[in-house]
Amino acid sequence: MDNSASILHPLRFVQGIGRVFLAFLATAGRMTLFTLSGASHCFRSPWYFRIIGRQMIEIGYYSLPVVGLTAVFAGMVLALQSYTGFARFSAEGAIANVVVLSITRELGPVLAGLMVAGRIGAAMAAEIGTMRVTEQIDALTTLSTNPMKYLVAPRLIAGVTMLPVLVFIADIIGVFGGYLVAVYKLGFNPANYLKNTWEFLEASDVISGLVKAGVFGFLVTLMGCYHGYHSKGGAQGVGQATTNAVVSASILILCFDYILTEIFFAK
Amino acid sequence: MTAKISLKDVHKAFGPKRVLAGVDLDVAQGESVVIIGGSGTGKSVTLKCILGLLTPERGVIEIDGADVLTMDAAERERANDQIGVMFQGAALFDSLPVWENVAFGLLAQKKVTRKDARGLALDKLALVGLGENVCDLSPADLSFGMQKRVGLARAIAADPAIIFFDEPTTGLDPIMADVINDLIIAVNDKVGATALTITHDMQSARKIGDRIAMLYDGKIAWSGPVAAVDSANNAYLDQFIHGRTDGPIKMALRA
Repeated sequence: MDNSASILHPLRFVQGIGRVFLAFLATAGRMTLFTLSGASHCFRSPWYFRIIGRQMIEIGYYSLPVVGLTAVFAGMVLALQSYTGFARFSAEGAIANVVVLSITRELGPVLAGLMVAGRIGAAMAAEIGTMRVTEQIDALTTLSTNPMKYLVAPRLIAGVTMLPVLVFIADIIGVFGGYLVAVYKLGFNPANYLKNTWEFLEASDVISGLVKAGVFGFLVTLMGCYHGYHSKGGAQGVGQATTNAVVSASILILCFDYILTEIFFAK
Repeated sequence: MTAKISLKDVHKAFGPKRVLAGVDLDVAQGESVVIIGGSGTGKSVTLKCILGLLTPERGVIEIDGADVLTMDAAERERANDQIGVMFQGAALFDSLPVWENVAFGLLAQKKVTRKDARGLALDKLALVGLGENVCDLSPADLSFGMQKRVGLARAIAADPAIIFFDEPTTGLDPIMADVINDLIIAVNDKVGATALTITHDMQSARKIGDRIAMLYDGKIAWSGPVAAVDSANNAYLDQFIHGRTDGPIKMALRA
C-alpha cells in the first residue's frame, strides 16, 4: 500500500476530527461518572470524619491568609477605581454600594474560588496523583477501603462546606478594604460609608455569593480529585494532573459563575 | 478439592496490546505458588486481575470457588477482607505514621479500636523485625528495605487467608532480599496462608515457593514443583532461569 497516498487521503482529516471528538466524549463520560460516584459517596456511610476534619482545616483555615489578602486588595482597588470612574459623572456616593455588591455577588466567590483552585486543587491533584502512581490507591482497594469514599468524598464535603465560610469572611474583609480606601484616602465620612454599605445590601446578594462559593468548592475539589485519580506516567503525569486540575477548575469557576448569575439575577 | 485461587482462560489486553491470552492457574489451600516471567510478560496484570484492580475481558477468576468477576462492589470488598498484599514499592500511605499503615485494614473494617490497633501493629512490626521506635515515624523516614518490611507487616496484619507478594525482593540488596524471603516464609508458616508471589528473582522464587509457574506470551508456559525446575526440559523456563539471551524468548527491545 502506498503510505503517502494514505496520509494525503481527504478522509484522513475527518478521521482526526472523529478521534478527537470520541476522546472528548470518553473524557466527558468518565468525568460525569466520577462526579456522580463521588457525590453519591458523600451521602453514604461510612464517613471518614477525621479526614473530613483534616480537609476542612486545610481548605478553610490554611487558605484564609491568601483569600483574605486577595479580598482586602480587591476591595481597596474596587473603591479606588470606582471613585476615579464615578467622579466623571459626579456619582462618587455610589462607591459603597458598588464595593459591597461587587464583593458579595462576584469578586468574593470568584477570587476565593480561583485562589483555592490554585492552592488546594493543585495540592489535591498532586497528592492523589502521587498515591495513584505509587500504587497507594491500589493498596486502599486491597485493604477493603473504597478510594472514592476515602479520598474523594471527604474532599468534596470539605470543599462544599468550607468555601462558603471562606467567602463569607472574604466578603467582610473585602468590604473593609473598600472602607479603608474610601475613608482614609478618599476622605469619605465613615458613618455614611457604612450606612450606604448596609442599606443597599440585601440578603440575596450575600446568599447568592455563598451558593456560588459552595458550587465553586465542589468544582475545585472535584477537579483536583479527578485529575489526580486519573494521573499516570510517574512524576510527569502528576505534574500534568496538577496543571489540568488548576486550569479546568479555573475555567469551570468562570463558566459556572455566569450560569449561576444568570439563574440568580437575570429577569 | 476446590482450589483456593483459580484462574481459567483469563484474557486481558490494553488497546491493541494483548497481555494475557488465556492464563490458567490453580493455587491450592496453604500452597505457595510463585509466578515468574520477564518484565512486561503480564505478571503484575495477572495479580491485579485477581485483586479486582483490573477487569479481564474474558475468563473466570475464583477465590474459594466464588467467581470474583461477577461480584458486586460490596461482595468484592468482603472477598478482599481475607486478602493481604505486599506491593512492589511498599505503597505505604505517606500521610499516616507507620503503625497506622500497618493497622489500616483493621481500622477500616472497624475490627479494632485505635488504641488496640496500635498494640496489634506493634506485634506485627515485631514479626518483621521492627521495633516500637519506628511506629510513629512517617514512611518517608524509613529506608526502602524497612518500608518493604512495614508493607509485609501491613499485608499480614489482619491474618489473611491469602497473601499476594508483588516483586517482594526487587530493589533490595542480596542480604536484605534474603531477610525478606525468610520473613515471608516465617509469616506464611505462622499465618498458614495461601501465597501467590510474582517475581523475576529466581533465588527468591526457589526459596519461598512450593510451586513455580512461568508466564510467557500471555500464558502459563510451564508449571511444576520447585524441585522440578532444573529438570523440566522446557526451553522457555531453561532460558529464563539461566538468564541466557539465546533461546525461544525474544526480548522486545522496542515497546
